Amino acid sequence: MAETNVIVLDLWASSYGMRVKIALAEKGISYECRQEDFEAKSSLLLEMNPVHKMIPVLIHNGKPICESLNIVQYIDEAWNHKPSLLPYDPYKRSQARFWGDYIDKNVYNAVKRVWTGKGEEQEECKKQFIECWKILEDELGDKPYFGGEEFGYVDVALVPFTSWFYTVETNGKLSIEEECPKIVDWVKRCMLKESVAKSLPHPRQIYAFALQYKQRHGLE
Amino acid sequence: MLTECFLSPIKGTVFLQNWFCFSSEFSIPSGDKVEVLDFWASPFCARVKIALEEKGVKHVDREEHDLFGGKSELLLKSNPIHQKVPVLLHNDRPLAESAIIVSYIDEAWPSNPLLPAIVYDRAQARFWADYIDKKVFEAGRNIWASNGEEREVATRDFIEVLKHLEEALGDKDYFGGDAFGYVDIIAIPHSAWFLAYEKLGAFKVEDHAPKISAWIKKCLQRESVAKVLPDPEKVYQFVLYFRKMSGLD
Repeated sequence: MAETNVIVLDLWASSYGMRVKIALAEKGISYECRQEDFEAKSSLLLEMNPVHKMIPVLIHNGKPICESLNIVQYIDEAWNHKPSLLPYDPYKRSQARFWGDYIDKNVYNAVKRVWTGKGEEQEECKKQFIECWKILEDELGDKPYFGGEEFGYVDVALVPFTSWFYTVETNGKLSIEEECPKIVDWVKRCMLKESVAKSLPHPRQIYAFALQYKQRHGLE
Repeated sequence: MLTECFLSPIKGTVFLQNWFCFSSEFSIPSGDKVEVLDFWASPFCARVKIALEEKGVKHVDREEHDLFGGKSELLLKSNPIHQKVPVLLHNDRPLAESAIIVSYIDEAWPSNPLLPAIVYDRAQARFWADYIDKKVFEAGRNIWASNGEEREVATRDFIEVLKHLEEALGDKDYFGGDAFGYVDIIAIPHSAWFLAYEKLGAFKVEDHAPKISAWIKKCLQRESVAKVLPDPEKVYQFVLYFRKMSGLD
């Protein structure tokens, strides 16, 4: 479905930006993606997200929607043809939102603390990282996706962070496959979907980004 | 078919209609058992209770008497991930995270909707609920859990947050417009803590955010809000007690 007025303000390495791109791709919505520079935010970004001044921002017919999971819900409602990202049942919807919220509160920090950490502090961060993903693995269980048979909201919320797995494993010297094999299987399953494959950067690109970031911030 | 969305004649406006009302895929609640695992001073618990009151849903509130040392088995079983109140138990099925619970209440009991019908307006409502969630309680805590210069900085930061909310409210009666709704429910419980912040931070909300101040008075006239919110003086005493126990005084 061609949409003439859908713009995404993005940063290619941002897991939050990837969520929005996956959701749009799932719905078959074409959009213009504009890359932001964190050191020099565009006047459009500052105008469209004056409160947080952060990407991603979805601009639909000139009107901004901010906060990635809020954007994903908006996409699901504004283009309400299949596939649906959130379940129909109110209880299942609340569960999906709960896990989206859990991911928001825990995963980014768990990931970042491992690849920016050093020594004993990093060991502690590795434990927290594994604990966080084991909780998610428990929730996934034997289902193909977090939502059940179909790829959905929680999968969209989580899968972008997996592009950081190579960085975490290399920096942290750990094997996610050994610790959370079901999660790794789920990642492979998700990567077979075109919406995911074309929205996630290559893990080596993320690794190069992480190295540059550490250099710039004196974290080597 | 559940999804009965249609494009209005106004370009770009999408209405959600009868999203959850008519379906055999899930049962519409009747004769429900509704319980709230609760704590009297918690603004997050208050959100849930106000939403239930607004919907006219009978509920039993189970007070957690010792959140800091002896959480109940029911709480730990119902919310193993966060081990926090509020928890809504709807026919024994647990739901956690207050803003998510309020959304659920709106969807499970669809009459008198709390969220707007227009999709874009719903996104705006969720955005402000998220902002309030991320900022208000923490900014307030930074005031009462600190002393000296740290507290001065915290007070300034809190006032910044108030100003954002003042701008979001604008000249409307409520955050959603003419009717009391989702964002109001998410925000109003925090007002019970404002006296504590004002006394400790030596400022008045009215001086920095007069529209918010007026909105609080308007909301307190609603039965659901007046019934649920604790006395701000009691909250202030609770904060002072907590400060003493934490060695801050």
